[in-house]
Amino acid sequence: MSAISQRRMRPRFDVNGWLFVGPALALIATFMVFPILHSLWMSFQTGLGVRLSFGGMKNIYRLFNDPLFFTALTNTFIFFLVQVPIMLTLALITASLLNNPDIKFRGLLRTAIFLPCVTSLVAYSVLFKSMFVANGLVNTILINLGIVDVGIPWMTDPFWCRTMIIIAITWRWTGYNMIFYLAAMQNIDRSVYEAARIDGVPTWARFLHLTVPMLKPVILFTTVTSTIGTLQLFDEVATITGGGSAGGAAGPGNSALTLSLYIYNLTFKFAPNYGYAATVSYVIVFLVAVLSFLQFFAARERKA
Amino acid sequence: MTSYGLKQRFSTVVVYVFLGVMAFLSIFPFLWMVIGATNTTSDIIKGKMSFGESLLLNVTTFLTQVDAPLVFWNSAKITIIATVLTLLISSLAGYGFEIFASRFREKLYTLMLLTLMIPFAALMIPLFMLMKQFGLINTHIAVVLPTVASAFIIFYFRQSTKAFPHELRDAARVDGLKEWQIFFLIYMPVMRSTYAAAFIIVFMTVWNSYLWPLIVLQSNDTKTITLVISSLGSAYYPDYGAVMIGTVLATIPTLFVFFAMQRQFVEGMLGSVK
Repeated sequence: MSAISQRRMRPRFDVNGWLFVGPALALIATFMVFPILHSLWMSFQTGLGVRLSFGGMKNIYRLFNDPLFFTALTNTFIFFLVQVPIMLTLALITASLLNNPDIKFRGLLRTAIFLPCVTSLVAYSVLFKSMFVANGLVNTILINLGIVDVGIPWMTDPFWCRTMIIIAITWRWTGYNMIFYLAAMQNIDRSVYEAARIDGVPTWARFLHLTVPMLKPVILFTTVTSTIGTLQLFDEVATITGGGSAGGAAGPGNSALTLSLYIYNLTFKFAPNYGYAATVSYVIVFLVAVLSFLQFFAARERKA
Repeated sequence: MTSYGLKQRFSTVVVYVFLGVMAFLSIFPFLWMVIGATNTTSDIIKGKMSFGESLLLNVTTFLTQVDAPLVFWNSAKITIIATVLTLLISSLAGYGFEIFASRFREKLYTLMLLTLMIPFAALMIPLFMLMKQFGLINTHIAVVLPTVASAFIIFYFRQSTKAFPHELRDAARVDGLKEWQIFFLIYMPVMRSTYAAAFIIVFMTVWNSYLWPLIVLQSNDTKTITLVISSLGSAYYPDYGAVMIGTVLATIPTLFVFFAMQRQFVEGMLGSVK
């Protein structure tokens, strides 16, 4: 295509161009760019409510001496270090089994496994809470199956409380990630599998040495998005533990206190401390930025 | 050969059992929700897994605790307005970025995409203060406004616009159509599948949103269904019978959209990752 026709088809960014992108850019500037800069500024302020004064590095100093912050940080890390690998492995196995065209009821199974995605985070959290109550459904089933003798203290023991939340999140998002893998698998040439099968490569080896390497980019993508999602975990822990409401601790011994929940509590539950809350929120910004950078880096690595 | 066949059959059984269990576990909480809606709270917390006769009682309790029509209307209103505005403004921008060239275009676009990295936790406090200054606390406008500026949907539309046939635009130009006419009369109808997929992303996000409405909607008459479920459900001794009615109400619209537009739903979820 010649340069002239290129120019004809792509008119300059004149009045029209600005009219098209203007409203969106104005909104993004007002509700994304301005707030994130404002929040950076606030992170250097100390004081309660709107009476803020410049505090320099005081908030950072407070951060490193705040046991609750470290609890929240540790919990957040536990959630994503344990939950993300379990969920993605499950999604990957399910997807590779469902990708076999000989499986009967494929569409039905896929729809069923995808269905949790339509629930709101709050609704499914409440459902899980009701299933995991002390003498409730899950404990009754476990006792009847002879797996445990007495009910598991889901709501009162830190370990089991986290386990329950991990089960809940895994339920909600496995099907979602599976869809990404299934879509990516459709681009893999089936003859590669056929060849490997005829050569007598066992199923697990085909999975490990063919499927996984070929899906590397999408595995990376889901890992990063899931991690970023877990870093911002709020709805589930707030609903299941009631940790966002007045007086409620975030699970036994704050075992389900996440960074987002802590920021919320600092702002809206305790005496409002906007400056310090902004500092904690920049910890998430920092972690997300590092992760996104890693993703970008890994993606480039692949191309090279 | 027989041992190979046996092994094969065994592994097929394992595959079906695995997939069957996954599918069952995925659907089970929906069943639990529907069954729970017909049982009393004391039966629910005992884990009763059969239909009961308390559906009417639960509905009555729910209706006395919650102004259900108002709450449902609040959610619907916010979702409809936010979805229409987001689709309009973001598709205008996605189209604009792809069609019009300028020296600043790619720089602006990259800058805009960078905002995708901003976690909401870092925005909620300044946004709350901003809305307070505008006097918009306890209004639905405050819920809608930050949602409308969606860098992701703009990105989605720009990616899809690459497939929009240039010949159509050129022909329309020759016929003397103005730029906005081309957008509304030609682009929009041609790109309806993109709109459908984007509609689903936005609809799901807004209908299910929790944290931001929790912050800006503090008066009871403005609350959404998500907020109501959460406040009923996070009580120390929740009335689970009534809560189940709430979760059913909150899930019906999204389930309906899912089954009505399954193909676009999956497309929307995948975004432009393909």
